[in-house]
Amino acid sequence: MRGVKREEEERRSVFTRRALLMGGTQLGAFGFLGYRLHKLQVEQGERYATLAEENRLSARLLSPPRGRVLDRNERVVAGNRLNWRALLVAEHTADVGATLETFSRIVPLADHERARVERDVRRRRRFVPVIVREFLTWEEMARIEVNAPDLPGILIDVGTTRIYPEAEHLAHIVGYVAPPAERDMDGDPLLQLPGIRVGRSGIERHHDQVLRGRAGAVQLEVNAVGRVIRELDRREGMPGQDIEISVDTELQKTLRGKIEEGTSIVVMNARNGEVLAMASQPSFDPNVFNSGVSGAQWRQWTANRATPLINKATNGLYAPGSTFKMVVALAGLEARVISTGERVTCPGHFDLGESRFHCWNRSGHGGVEMRTALKVSCDVYFYELAKRLGINRIAAMSRRFGLGVDLDIELPGTRRGLVPTREWREAQGRGWALGDTVVHGIGQGFYQLTPLSLCTMTARLATGRAIQPHLTRSIGGRPVRGSRPEDWPSMGIPDRDMRLVRDAMWAVVNEPGGTALPSRLPGGYGMMAGKTGTTQVRRVTREQRERGFHVSQVPREWRPHALFVGYAPHDNPLYAVSVIVEHGSSGSGTAAPLARDALVETFNRFRQTPGPRVADVGRGT
Amino acid sequence: MSTVFEKRLLTGDRGAGILQKLWQIPWLFVLLLCSVAAVGYVALYSAGSGNPDLYATKHALRFGFCLVLMLCIGFVDIRVIAKLAPLGYLGGVGLLVLVALHGEVGKGAQRWVDLGPLQLQPSELMKIMLVLALAAWFHRASWDRVGNPFFLVIPAVLTLVPVALIFKQPNLGTALITAALGGAMFWAAGVRWWKFAAIIGAAVAAAPIVYENLRDYQRARITTFLDPESDPLGAGYNIIQSKIALGSGGLWGKGFLQGTQGHLNFLPEKQTDFIFTMIAEEFGLVGAMGTLALLMSVVGFCFLVALRCRHQFGRLLAIGLGTNYFLYIFVNVAMVTGSIPVGGVPLPLISHGGSAMLTTMIGFGLLISAWVHRDAEFGPAQD
Repeated sequence: MRGVKREEEERRSVFTRRALLMGGTQLGAFGFLGYRLHKLQVEQGERYATLAEENRLSARLLSPPRGRVLDRNERVVAGNRLNWRALLVAEHTADVGATLETFSRIVPLADHERARVERDVRRRRRFVPVIVREFLTWEEMARIEVNAPDLPGILIDVGTTRIYPEAEHLAHIVGYVAPPAERDMDGDPLLQLPGIRVGRSGIERHHDQVLRGRAGAVQLEVNAVGRVIRELDRREGMPGQDIEISVDTELQKTLRGKIEEGTSIVVMNARNGEVLAMASQPSFDPNVFNSGVSGAQWRQWTANRATPLINKATNGLYAPGSTFKMVVALAGLEARVISTGERVTCPGHFDLGESRFHCWNRSGHGGVEMRTALKVSCDVYFYELAKRLGINRIAAMSRRFGLGVDLDIELPGTRRGLVPTREWREAQGRGWALGDTVVHGIGQGFYQLTPLSLCTMTARLATGRAIQPHLTRSIGGRPVRGSRPEDWPSMGIPDRDMRLVRDAMWAVVNEPGGTALPSRLPGGYGMMAGKTGTTQVRRVTREQRERGFHVSQVPREWRPHALFVGYAPHDNPLYAVSVIVEHGSSGSGTAAPLARDALVETFNRFRQTPGPRVADVGRGT
Repeated sequence: MSTVFEKRLLTGDRGAGILQKLWQIPWLFVLLLCSVAAVGYVALYSAGSGNPDLYATKHALRFGFCLVLMLCIGFVDIRVIAKLAPLGYLGGVGLLVLVALHGEVGKGAQRWVDLGPLQLQPSELMKIMLVLALAAWFHRASWDRVGNPFFLVIPAVLTLVPVALIFKQPNLGTALITAALGGAMFWAAGVRWWKFAAIIGAAVAAAPIVYENLRDYQRARITTFLDPESDPLGAGYNIIQSKIALGSGGLWGKGFLQGTQGHLNFLPEKQTDFIFTMIAEEFGLVGAMGTLALLMSVVGFCFLVALRCRHQFGRLLAIGLGTNYFLYIFVNVAMVTGSIPVGGVPLPLISHGGSAMLTTMIGFGLLISAWVHRDAEFGPAQD
């Protein structure tokens, strides 16, 4: 019994020691937990408070509606349409692939669409929504909403999509929009938003910043799955501003209806440089770019030799031919190398050393002074004049008329063209011969000019002012400079000289013997002044010349281009026009009648009082 | 009169009256448990975003039921309990086997057995039964026999069978906790310290082999623990969000129902394993430490009972139950503070959920019985 008792005491004292040791250990463990809590809540409390706030807050950008493009009658030529779309926010789903898999069972997704979404998810930050599907129908939206619990990360929102009601009629002017590429990223956070489009050409690109507007921002409180609990703060952005352009859509459509492939017409307000119409055939539908251009469509456009994507009025380069002769004449008068009355004898050809340069009229014009030389377009007279001037004085006068220089038009990519000088040729490692100068006197040789620059030249001839062609009439309702003639400086060419040239241009159309006599304006429209041009695309061989060849005998692509520049009314110029018909054979036969029709249409259009200004396509929100 | 009660209890008469026992119930401890449950009620009220029907009311009802059960167990004579211990152990193992055969599969592991109104997690009950069984075993052991390695074979088997069954579920965390609990019982029974050193050494040596045989998610937990930021949206998400919630509570907290992390659902399972985070976010360090102090007092009372008991069975039982509750608290709080890997251990009496509360309260019922019968006389160590 005593042994039992001693044993019990021993057992108890061991237990007590060990229990106290265990209690101490557990107390120490509690101390450790207290230390952890203190460290997290007090020492690092502020850091975690910030993290908690970041968790809770989500800033989202508000995409402002893109400004519209209106024509001069406030008809919408680039507007917005509501676009319901499904977006995916990667950070709100644990498995992007699974979400897409579920989504595609609800709204079928093509493989390439899925690949694009997955690529976008990889490229963007995880909280940036990526478009899964655009242009959802009501039915598709309902199906997505019903299945929302199985679609973590998917949300539906409404954006806008660009719409071009006039489709191909103004495509070359208004341009089109496309999703921004890496090179477009200019630091504007707006460009990160899904569905955002940037202007890729034309007005859309030139005025992209103005049209784009500024992003607003909204601070939202979100829960762990990104569902919005409430809005904490909202900063409105600035919607894109509307741009009003000078084009008259009806006129543009009428003119486009009159021309064939390879033709371009520019009609300009001669007094202020507003472009009223700029038609280039063929064209394309800019709406196609919205949802991405298919490979087949792209190949079809680029393989087409008639280049539908290219605006021939601004990017087509042509030798001006005889339409250039006014510039040579004015250069001659200013340099005083010829007087208005001096006669040059035209025997049908011009000999320079061993070379012989032919006049278009092989029998010759006889003795012609400047006015007659322009009216009948005598080549020999201008060979002689160019020989006296030298190429650089011709080039200097060309540039004053807007040829071979950058025109300040709002169409990105507009070609400057080429007005050769002796130095330009020498920079190429070639010499400049007198024979080269002679050829350039009739607008042939190295000249490369656009129909737009020829129309500008014509407007400057008509008004004597250095007007610039332009398309923008107002930005956000505020008119821009350049709508009045006084906005443009005088060219400083003596009136006497200008009058002579204008009189000669009048004679071209209205006097017997003028090259464009059949293209006189009908009664009631005043008189047109102008100049024809026909430029070779292949050299006419001596053999052909001796056989008395005719253009109708050669394939179309060998035929010369037909040109015409003109303005009307002669006594009070309102409108300037330039026409180029590729392989049109003859300026007087093909281009001049088109120019006449264009001016008649223009007069008809602007004689009307403007109709009610109806913006028929909403800007969307 | 009072001397009569005293005397009867001191003699350890099995027939002590209800009133006498009622007098002996440690009411302060019961009050302590009620205040812990009240903390749970407040936290669950907040976890339900102010809707008591979600968690809080159920919690209160469950606690009320468990409280009655606990008191009933407290009245049972400790010697009866000691006799029933082997039966309880067998029952616990039986349930574990049952769950292995027919258990509900939750989160990829078989852990639950459906008992009509109650979904029981037998591993929770098993811990209590293991404590009982080991206490009964060592109670009978004379001091010499505890020193005999062969005598330790049976309690080692008693410990390892449930550990293995729980590990198989698979539930690594609970298996480790059960093993630790068994170890604590061995320690308190007076097993020589060098035997522990040998076993711990063997465990450390075996660790790489065990790691090789772990399931992928178990390995992921360990790697995630070592570097939670490595998988911020996957396995590390809970730890990161929990630390953010906890840390952002600061000294005084964001206020009742004001915890943004919890209410905006950044905190997963906020009503169960992460309930302590909810408390720490809304009531700050002050609230968290206050809660810890309450819980520590509960464990403290267990030690008090252990030191006060006159019989080895009661001592071992009390220290085992205390250590069991301590392990719950420590693992849970260490887990939510990112100090140890996430193991899915609730905070009994505070977390939402029935199993842990039920088994804990059964344990405390046994503890109360040990206290009420602290001076009861067992016969001499019997075999």
